[in-house]
Amino acid sequence: MNNWKNFTKGFIKENPTLVLLLGMCPTLGVSSSANNGLGMGLATTFVLVMSNLVVTLVKDFIPDKVRIPSYIVIIASFVTIVQLVMAGYFPELNAQLGIFIPLIVVNCIVLGRAEAFASKNKVIPSVLDGLGMGLGFTFSLILLGSVRELLGNLSVFGHKIVHADGALVFILAPGAFITLGFIIAVINKLKKT
Amino acid sequence: MNMLITLLVVTLVSSTSLGFIYEVTKAPIAAAEAARKVEAVNKVVSGYDNNPVNDMYKVASPYEGDSLECYPAKKDGKLVGMAIRTLTKKGYGGTIWLMVGFNAGGKINDIEVLQQKETPGLGQKMTTPEFKDQFKGIDPSTFKIKVKKDGGDVDAITAATISSRAFCDAVNTAVDAFNKGVKK
Repeated sequence: MNNWKNFTKGFIKENPTLVLLLGMCPTLGVSSSANNGLGMGLATTFVLVMSNLVVTLVKDFIPDKVRIPSYIVIIASFVTIVQLVMAGYFPELNAQLGIFIPLIVVNCIVLGRAEAFASKNKVIPSVLDGLGMGLGFTFSLILLGSVRELLGNLSVFGHKIVHADGALVFILAPGAFITLGFIIAVINKLKKT
Repeated sequence: MNMLITLLVVTLVSSTSLGFIYEVTKAPIAAAEAARKVEAVNKVVSGYDNNPVNDMYKVASPYEGDSLECYPAKKDGKLVGMAIRTLTKKGYGGTIWLMVGFNAGGKINDIEVLQQKETPGLGQKMTTPEFKDQFKGIDPSTFKIKVKKDGGDVDAITAATISSRAFCDAVNTAVDAFNKGVKK
């Protein structure tokens, strides 16, 4: 039951982007389409699960004073692995996400979960926490990406539904802020009731 | 002391595993890169029987550190066209990379945008046929590759003159490289 909670809390209750407001840079940057959001979300989920797993395994051997540099090295290694694998096997996606993949290293969600959860909990809860948080992040990116893509480009997952130009502002950065604001408002309303 | 050893072990383990992953993915990354080049060359030149990627040679570009890549397309040893990977740094959102295809006479076959970070909905329209296709079949010696605002023959993208100018700039760089490489 408790594990189930560790897994699901990332979806809505402690959703990293929509409630904790962490990792805003990639959120606003890559959510211009649903596909980008999906790719970025899954890459981050992988890094989250793996770094949570490793951090929780090594937490007893790492002195407190050097834990942050150690975690950063662990996270950076996984991010580099993701980048190399993506460049080799998914060149299209790699070209789309470009600079945002290396930036996962400094995504506060990843370090935040390592520090706040994985370094204090056992293996299974930590992995579930990473998975839940990652999927929550993916879900918010897809949600944000879909809305922006629909309003800005009149398409769903890259498929044009109406052949016309959408409201350009939603593809650009201001649209990201506006959409994110409205989504957070809805989530807050849902959480209260 | 304890901290030193910890950090040493952490960095040692991660660098070893990264080295291993790098070795594993090296071949697929190179293959993906090559496939992308072949694909881009194919889109702008056709009717050749050599391997333009193997015959590729580099020429200096106006920008230090980046060079143009010329892919000669040959049939029975005779030059039938040339694809040139060109760039400009005059774009609105950083470097723009194009692949420009020429026929043996120096006319432009087609242009493919390889990489750009222009504004979506404005400068990004340079990837659409509406803009790109006006370059199809033009002869750079008679067609002035400049936007109409600057006295040229190119219809700029509405509200994206800087992007259109940058596009022309990259094409002109390729034309120069073609003229130097073929007509000498």
